[in-house]
Amino acid sequence: MEKYYDNKKLQLFFGLLIGVSFGFLLHRGGVTKYDVIVGQLLLSDFTVIKIIFTAIIVTMSGIGLFYRKGLIKVETKSGSLKNSIIGGLLFGVGFGLLGYCPGTIAGAIGNGYIDAMTGGFIGIVLGTGIYAFIHPSLVKKKIVTNDKYSEYNLFNEYKGNILVVILPILLSLMGVLYIIELLGL
Amino acid sequence: MDFIFEQRWSPYAVGALIGLINLLGMLISNKPLGASTSFLKLSGMIVGLFDKNRVLSNDYYKKNKPEIDWGMMLVFGIILGAFLSAVISGDFRLMKIPPMWSDNVSSNFIVRFIGALVGGIFLGVGSRWAGGCTSGHGISGTSQLSILSWVAAVAFFVGGIITAFLIYGI
Repeated sequence: MEKYYDNKKLQLFFGLLIGVSFGFLLHRGGVTKYDVIVGQLLLSDFTVIKIIFTAIIVTMSGIGLFYRKGLIKVETKSGSLKNSIIGGLLFGVGFGLLGYCPGTIAGAIGNGYIDAMTGGFIGIVLGTGIYAFIHPSLVKKKIVTNDKYSEYNLFNEYKGNILVVILPILLSLMGVLYIIELLGL
Repeated sequence: MDFIFEQRWSPYAVGALIGLINLLGMLISNKPLGASTSFLKLSGMIVGLFDKNRVLSNDYYKKNKPEIDWGMMLVFGIILGAFLSAVISGDFRLMKIPPMWSDNVSSNFIVRFIGALVGGIFLGVGSRWAGGCTSGHGISGTSQLSILSWVAAVAFFVGGIITAFLIYGI
């Protein structure tokens, strides 16, 4: 498939195609709705975790299959534990207050939700723009950093060894989902 | 074929299909799902309308060029796909305030607007600070077994759970 990666128009079309399918599924999953997302954060509705964990199980297993054949490259994000924790907690505050995240807000807009189209959308664009202008000084002051985990992932570390890498995580995720079902959540 | 018109599918079916789509994207485009970078690029386009040089001289926009690309088409597609699904299943409706918010917080739209705006700003700053969002870190990065993504995903939910309980009480 690599020969298609540089075909710009085709890739724009692929982006749209994947996006339409993703948006369709987000709506059918119920996660274009504030009540479902905040229900998860209040630990009363476990829809979000069920969707995310199942998506991880399928994606990770698929990568495991394709990785060794060289069909999929595993390239992960740069950054540091510090960035993930500070940025992640800031994100969490916004997640709880807005009740959508950058992907699901696009779905909420498609669902017709006006708080998502107005305040939420404007807020995220503003926030990412603000970050672009504070990023240089955050780097200079070593608040935003790169550490040894930058671009690090267990796939490349263990060369896609399924038994070592995937199986324990797969079983843990399935175990959590099983417990959620057992508790009737 | 009734499932085409059903408003809600099993979360496990939805999760599994999202996983397959994610894999398809990685195969045909070398791109895992992610949404926050597209908002950043849009912000750059908007700033660029007023002052091109501020964007061209900004290191962060140099790394993430504000132009229509795969990711922006993805986010546009999400809007379209959710709209299609909502219309087909009879769930499309213009709604100002989510029911839970209007029952427990306030039924005034201005209050919800400000809450959503401030929440959005935190999401925007936090997602770029952490390098991704619920899709980019939470689904894609975790599936690729990135340590940074797992830590970020846990932080998203820790921050979100604390904030939600502060708003709604225990």
